[in-house]
Amino acid sequence: MNLIDQLSKFGVLAIGLAAFVLVVLAVLYVGNIVPHRPKSLTAGMVFLIPTLVLVGIGLVVPAVRTTVLSFGDRRGEGNVGFANYEWIFTDPEILTVVRNSAIWVILTPLLATAVGLLYATIIDKSPFEKLAKTLVFLPMAISFVGAAIIWKFVYDYKQIGNQIGLLNQIVTWIFGEGSAQHWLATPFWNNMFLIVVMVWIQAGFATVVLSAAIKGVPAEITEAARLDGVNAWQMFWKVTIPSIRPAIVVVMVTMSIAALKLFDIVRTMTGGGDGTSVLAYEMYSQSFPGQQTGRGAALAVVLFILVIPIIIYQVRNLRQRKEVR
Amino acid sequence: MTIQKRLRLAGLASIGTCTVLAITACGAPAEDSALSDEETDCATYEEFGDFTEERPSVSIYTPITDAEADSYESAWAPFVECTGIQVLYEGSNEFEAQIEVRVSGGDAPDIAAFPQPGLMARYQEEMVPASPELEARASEGWSEDWLQYGSFDGQLYAQPLSANLKSLVWYSPSFFAENSYAVPETWDDLIALSDTIADTDMKPWCAGIDSGDATGWPVTDWVEDMLLRESGGEVYDQWVNHEIPFDDPQIAAAVDKAGSILKNEDYMNGGYGDVSSMTGVSFEEGGLPIASGECAMHRQASFYSAQWPGDIEVGPEGDVFAFHLPGNEADDTPLLGGGEYVAAFRDAPEVDAFRQYLASPLFANARMKTGPWASAHSGSDPANAVDPLMQMTVELFQDPEAEFRFDGSDLMPGDIGSKAFFEQMTEWIKGKSTEDALEAIENAWED
Repeated sequence: MNLIDQLSKFGVLAIGLAAFVLVVLAVLYVGNIVPHRPKSLTAGMVFLIPTLVLVGIGLVVPAVRTTVLSFGDRRGEGNVGFANYEWIFTDPEILTVVRNSAIWVILTPLLATAVGLLYATIIDKSPFEKLAKTLVFLPMAISFVGAAIIWKFVYDYKQIGNQIGLLNQIVTWIFGEGSAQHWLATPFWNNMFLIVVMVWIQAGFATVVLSAAIKGVPAEITEAARLDGVNAWQMFWKVTIPSIRPAIVVVMVTMSIAALKLFDIVRTMTGGGDGTSVLAYEMYSQSFPGQQTGRGAALAVVLFILVIPIIIYQVRNLRQRKEVR
Repeated sequence: MTIQKRLRLAGLASIGTCTVLAITACGAPAEDSALSDEETDCATYEEFGDFTEERPSVSIYTPITDAEADSYESAWAPFVECTGIQVLYEGSNEFEAQIEVRVSGGDAPDIAAFPQPGLMARYQEEMVPASPELEARASEGWSEDWLQYGSFDGQLYAQPLSANLKSLVWYSPSFFAENSYAVPETWDDLIALSDTIADTDMKPWCAGIDSGDATGWPVTDWVEDMLLRESGGEVYDQWVNHEIPFDDPQIAAAVDKAGSILKNEDYMNGGYGDVSSMTGVSFEEGGLPIASGECAMHRQASFYSAQWPGDIEVGPEGDVFAFHLPGNEADDTPLLGGGEYVAAFRDAPEVDAFRQYLASPLFANARMKTGPWASAHSGSDPANAVDPLMQMTVELFQDPEAEFRFDGSDLMPGDIGSKAFFEQMTEWIKGKSTEDALEAIENAWED
């Protein structure tokens, strides 16, 4: 591999970038020379069509193809009807996977939003607010895989000898020798330990969004409430939360979608073993190591169907808020 | 300094740095070749054809990366130079996933080196069968035991590349010498030795089976080795081809034989705790207590030699070495191993020429010199091996009495060999009964 070969790769990169810039310029140019009557359909189309084409190729076509594959056999060919879907809902191992995904989708948004809300309320108007926000937001800066590796060490378990896992060391200090546990192998509860990792990552997002929302609560309302004689608890539940309800909903919906898509944490920490697999991971595991294209595709379709209600809710929410404005 | 001057200086400095980095990254001078004069002489390569006019390129895609990949490229550098065929090497850790994407997506590489014949079987229709010349070379180099895994419907499609030996037990020669332990030559001797060591305060065996989404594979290696010794190659073939059910009593007997060591609380798990601790120990760490004196034996493949810390000497008189996992009789040589198979997806003279070269003793001997490597090629000279372990591996593979079988889980379909088998064996270690574990795998294997 000499310099000449490398230069040719940079050449290809340069051509790609130039092509991209040219396409964008072309679209802008055409958009410019097209007549600009108000609400002109043609002007809109010029900008929409490239987007629709790309979305079509990149999202719609693969979605349709995956659905077709889900009715196929292990190579994705032929037609086995609903056999793959039957398998998803009858095979005990896959039912565990579906159960796990359900747990993730329910618990992650609840926990992360609760932690974020609590944290935002506590640090609101405190002298350490900026620092506290930065600290809680830091985990969002690292990749899911990075976070998973960090926590894998935290949960590490050594049967004999010194513990290198933080959690086990703390447990040993409190409860004495021999109380260390193989956290990631504990049936059912290992899912909770993985959820903790995601909550740790996402709490920063929740805090920042909810903190801004809390600050957006009009001062008149809080003053009026105080004049009426509410205590802190009532203030929180009866005044703050209803006022920031839209922000809470946005945060919870975003996290539900993220929880359904979750792959990295499961893959890095347990490899899907010990009953921790989730839909997104199982979809990969069946398709590639398992060489079962039909089943992997069916899992992908099920995942898609599960996400649809959340998206519909999100879109309706946004529309309602637009109308209110 | 004005802003403009400062910016200009920064710009020049960054361009300069980038150029220097690029040159150092790409322009590293070629090391002195470990190859002999004959191997670097172009006359040796005339039999593979002359493509110096067209200089066609042949892409090869493998799961082998880093230093090992560099060793491959050094070995065939003279071939590239002399024949004019440009070999474009691409190694990827995601080979198993990516090969499916590439072949189904119509972007198959010219040549792919499959570490699992079971994976390769899926692409029978897209692969190019071996030419008569390639078949002739392959038959010269390898026994039917090896070639069967690269053949479908009696036609050879892919020849073997490297060979790694799995039927090995790692131990410490210095520890054995101190205690006057002899290397066991039969299975009964091995058990007797384990009992002797178990009577001292050391657990004789150690193991680790954690491997991310492939957790449990070392246990499957144990079971395959045991089946080969208990029931022989024919039953092994029937098992792998699903001609007998997975929960057949012979398989159960093999699993229990593995259990006589793996699930024996007196024997396991030196340096780590009890039997169940091995699910939490990665396979890379599994044998390390031998070097620290907390364990005596660890059954693992020849590629484990890369895991020892740098200051540990691997050799028959050194800190660690390996002996052949014995059969039931002293002169039995059952060998469980693995390797890659070289499949072609494009039918072209240059692709065939390169495959013929890879099937030749010329390549086998050259590659042994450029890095730790072994193959089962009958024309390879063990003296060319880079270290004593590789030498021992080559000698064992060349034993005409040896019974070789490829790693079973690599031959079975993906959802069994790379999922169900691994998962159930992990459950078995954690306490599941042999019958339940084998039944679960049998239920998953439909065809």
